[in-house]
Amino acid sequence: MAVDLTINGQAVSLDVDPDMPLLWALRDVAGLTGTKYGCGKALCGSCNVNVEGQVVRSCVIPVAAAAGKNVTTIEGLSENGDHPVQVAWRALNVPQCGYCQSGQIISAAALLDSNPNPSDADIDNAMSGNICRCGTYTRIRAAIHRAAEDQS
Amino acid sequence: MKPIEHISRREFLQRTGKAGGGLVLALTLTSACQPSGEETVGAASVAPNVYVNIRNDGVVEIYCHRSEMGQGIRTCLPQIIADEMDADWDRIKLIQALGDEKYGDQNTDGSTSIRKHFDLLRGAGASARAMLIAAAASSWDVPAADCVTRDHAVHHEASGNSAGFGDLVAAAAGMPVPEDVTFKSPEDYRYIGHSMDIIDGFAMTTGQANYGIDTVLPDMLYASIERCPTIGGTVKSFDDTAAKAFTGVSDVVQLPDATAPVVFNPLGGVAVLASNSWAAQKGREALKIEWDLGANGDHDSAGYRDTLLETARGGGRTVLSRGDVDTAFSDAATVHEAEYFAPHLSQAPMEPPAATAVMTADGGCEVWACTQDPQSAQQTVAGVLGVDKALVKINVTLLGGGFGRKSKPDFIAEAAWLAKQTGRPVKVTWTREDDIRHGYLHSVSAQCIKAGLDADGNTTAWQQCTAFPSIFSTFAPDVAGPVDMELGLGFVDNPLEIPNMRLEAGDAQAHLRIGWLRSVCNVYHAFANCSFVDELAYLAGQDPKDHLLRILGPAREVDPTAEGAEYGNYDQGLDTHPIDTGRIAAVVDKVADMAGWGRVVPEGHGLGIAVHRSFLSTVGTVAEVSVGDDGKLVVHELWTAIDAGTVINPDRVTSQMEGAGIFGMSLALHGEITAKNGAVVQGNYDTYPVVRMNEAPAAINVHIMDVDAPPGGVGEPGVPPVAPAITNAYFAATGNRIRELPLRNSGLA
Repeated sequence: MAVDLTINGQAVSLDVDPDMPLLWALRDVAGLTGTKYGCGKALCGSCNVNVEGQVVRSCVIPVAAAAGKNVTTIEGLSENGDHPVQVAWRALNVPQCGYCQSGQIISAAALLDSNPNPSDADIDNAMSGNICRCGTYTRIRAAIHRAAEDQS
Repeated sequence: MKPIEHISRREFLQRTGKAGGGLVLALTLTSACQPSGEETVGAASVAPNVYVNIRNDGVVEIYCHRSEMGQGIRTCLPQIIADEMDADWDRIKLIQALGDEKYGDQNTDGSTSIRKHFDLLRGAGASARAMLIAAAASSWDVPAADCVTRDHAVHHEASGNSAGFGDLVAAAAGMPVPEDVTFKSPEDYRYIGHSMDIIDGFAMTTGQANYGIDTVLPDMLYASIERCPTIGGTVKSFDDTAAKAFTGVSDVVQLPDATAPVVFNPLGGVAVLASNSWAAQKGREALKIEWDLGANGDHDSAGYRDTLLETARGGGRTVLSRGDVDTAFSDAATVHEAEYFAPHLSQAPMEPPAATAVMTADGGCEVWACTQDPQSAQQTVAGVLGVDKALVKINVTLLGGGFGRKSKPDFIAEAAWLAKQTGRPVKVTWTREDDIRHGYLHSVSAQCIKAGLDADGNTTAWQQCTAFPSIFSTFAPDVAGPVDMELGLGFVDNPLEIPNMRLEAGDAQAHLRIGWLRSVCNVYHAFANCSFVDELAYLAGQDPKDHLLRILGPAREVDPTAEGAEYGNYDQGLDTHPIDTGRIAAVVDKVADMAGWGRVVPEGHGLGIAVHRSFLSTVGTVAEVSVGDDGKLVVHELWTAIDAGTVINPDRVTSQMEGAGIFGMSLALHGEITAKNGAVVQGNYDTYPVVRMNEAPAAINVHIMDVDAPPGGVGEPGVPPVAPAITNAYFAATGNRIRELPLRNSGLA
């Protein structure tokens, strides 16, 4: 069965079981592996993508729930990898292993969309659904502040 | 990547001379950085080899033979080679090396990448530079000694001649590999000691970085495997009717039963293969399997805890003895005893184990995997397939975290075995539950420590017994408890100046699959030692930092082997990497100064300090904590000072200390794996929580000591002092002593 949706600005029709989580539809069917599996239970945020302006845990929502909607993954956050969040992440060398950073960046970008100048408490609230086992949290906080400054 | 052939140097130079394509400086370096095989450049060798390939377009290709898992080695390794070559950072190309013994040790483990390879990597760069200089000097007919390298070129200042590296390729091909190389002086370093940006930063922030889980091959099957809940358990029978009925499922295959010792072999179980990950997982959920739980089916963590503590109380074999402990205890004014316990842990890297394999036409196999040790993967896959390891090609992807888990290639062997069975490419992806329940667990441990103090509060006697099931139980039959290597991780290398000391190791049987986790036995040994030293400070009525400096004693070098201990010093010499209490004390002084030790802290806050040497580096940590209104511990701030000798990239050292702070907090606050009926109880980040942003301190402040000494480890030494610094701070804040991890079990997290 086909599910029609828009991924990173491109209309696509995916031949998948509509119950398949969006995560696996993106990774295994659409070939977009930038979105990561970490827990499969909406616990870690590695799979976060943006659907119509909202951060969504793609490992637990069925692909059918994204039918007709705009989905933005890490690959489509910016055309040249130069979203202020991505630039700030590189300026502060935030990533260690890098695996969770797709989800972290998607969450951070959405935070700045809704709150252009977040406090540390705002950041903690918005980002605590994203686990980083390498422990880059203090740099993520700093990078979000930096991206906020760069945006203003 | 381009394969590097095994050819003689003469043949090689002829070929490249004719082709003119590139000059491979294949350096067979001994530990003294002497080329060992003039005639057989590039041939198999036990010595570490590092390859540099200078292309005639000027690009310097550098082969990274170590795995990147967040520690930054893909940035630091080329920093060393490029610096010694005087190559331009923008004109190097990093190539991830295949698993191959010609590179020497590739096991990215034990915080060894820099400390064991710094001189070899410098030699690789310096040797390449010497050949380029020789080529230029020859073509200009000037003495090589009058030539210098700078900015990716060789210069002869007197004549004004200069030639780029790329232009010298053809001439350099005719030059001998130098017998001796000269390293640059540290004051001339351009990259070493400088915080270069991480080489994979762009890929990692744009979703383009490829991890083990990301491999996609044409016609590939996705596999999900149900494994027996217990170690040693087997499949009695299974019904795959419902599994096979699920859309997308193409096959169900039973893997061979695992036999003890399991080593790195697959654990057995039943695999569901499908056209996508989800179908494989759904099909697997529909399997009906009856298990024989085997000999470990009655293992229970609660009972095991009591047994382990009983063992630690009873003492064990003596592994280090100094002075006369028994007399010292009878003479002591005060005797103090305490028991410490720390549970099993899981590495839980964000990327679970994942590997893809395909059989090749020659009967071998090609693999893409997030492995810390591609040669061990190669060996294990060859064993499982029954083929020569030369036919097994291991491509190393980025690792989404490792922490020790990914140096065990069981998941890679699963993929290879399934590829052989199905005749198709197979990707095996572990679920998070698989990772938590079927891992190689960090060992559970119990320790009893008893100290005698004189009337002035000086510690005169120290007796300690550690008991834990050994890592080696996974690799050999009948291992009954701690082995010497494990006791060298923060136990017999005790640096305290106490005149009478007896250290003992108690037996413990393993009932789960034990492995290593970041910092290994140092985690629980540092927890006990640094906590108990803090207890002694209060008992003596002394400031914990002043007491710590006092009990460390005057600056001296400690040699555990002089007191009967088997001690390997992390495979490096005590002459180059001493247990130097002066350096340890300097770290204590520095971190205390950073944290403003002795200042008046806010009401309800406490400061705690801990210092521990591991992997040839010393890290001191101060934590500031309080208990929040909800009764939970708040870690407000961490301060860390590290003496790692020479460091390559200060920012990557800093980031490792920041990460170690969070990793240490996770195990202090939350980390606990338990078993019931032989099966791990926890399964995901809800039941095995790790620290999140809301628990992270406001700041983790890091200082790198400026010490002119050979490099120590960096990836692991930051972790051990964190938990005791936190529990010591909690004591300072509340007067309550924590002797058992995690704090969650005391209601504090």
